[in-house]
Amino acid sequence: MTTETAPVNDKPLIIAGKTYQSRLLVGTGKYKNNEETKQAIEASGAEIITIAVRRTNIGQNPDEPNLLDILPPDQYTLLPNTAGCYTTKDAVRTCRLARELLDGHKLVKLEVLGDEKTLFPDITATLEAAEILVKDGFDVMVYTSDDPLIAKRLEDVGCAAVMPLAAPIGSGLGIRNPYNILTIVENANVPIIVDAGVGTASDSAIAMELGCDGILMNTAIAAAQNPALMASAMRKAIEAGREAYLAGRMPRKRFASASSPIEGLFF
Amino acid sequence: MNIVINGEQRALDDGLNLQQLISILELENKRLAIEVNQEIVPRSEYADYILKQDDKVEIVQAIGGG
Repeated sequence: MTTETAPVNDKPLIIAGKTYQSRLLVGTGKYKNNEETKQAIEASGAEIITIAVRRTNIGQNPDEPNLLDILPPDQYTLLPNTAGCYTTKDAVRTCRLARELLDGHKLVKLEVLGDEKTLFPDITATLEAAEILVKDGFDVMVYTSDDPLIAKRLEDVGCAAVMPLAAPIGSGLGIRNPYNILTIVENANVPIIVDAGVGTASDSAIAMELGCDGILMNTAIAAAQNPALMASAMRKAIEAGREAYLAGRMPRKRFASASSPIEGLFF
Repeated sequence: MNIVINGEQRALDDGLNLQQLISILELENKRLAIEVNQEIVPRSEYADYILKQDDKVEIVQAIGGG
């Protein structure tokens, strides 16, 4: 049996001039091994995959499999991040190394962290780094707080996408401030991607129902008991949430409204 | 000469270039990026880049991250 669904007139997700079918962006950290990473990414259907830039092990395991062997850059859009950077300088330096590593690749995920306990962004350093990177020709997808004013300023300095957190990185607490996320979405002329904080499929659906353009996640998939299955669940939740957003939900009412007509009752 | 590679001191022959260093470290054909003294050295210039005493070399790669 096949089911007919109503045609959905959705705009594609376009980031820095490139069109994507999937609205789920995934990280590659915290997996047990490359095989588990690969299976989860395939199940997610994601096209944009984040990576980190770190020192190569010198003299240890020279034949260790490289992440880029399982994530060929011609098959995925790689999104190098600046995770672990607490200063503008370190973040800019990391992006420039990533550009060299990936042969001139311009798309980066900027995050400048302010505090180890919360991993909240250092907003002033983030703005400063974003301006430097945009001037240097990078397409910057920027991790930020859920503050609508800062989100707008990051758009104004030329970021390609603005990525507010829903809850602290790796916390799985879900969408803590839906009204701020909604305000950010309503104000925006660039894609708004929720980055960090979702824990399970329903969290993703809620973010998408608010009108977000996509969700970037890592721990929610990698720390699930079955990462590939959670990746599949997230894929469906994001599609479902997007369709619900486009469909336009019914208004909330405090009291009941019968679904069957009163007219024609025979008793 | 002594140089620092990824934070570790190494004693190496004078006049070594970056391409030779990569060979010594068995990192040929790996996807890498290299900084010397916080300046990126483009891949095309490895063979011409001669290392000198006290250079600080960072060799990085892509790893899993979110």
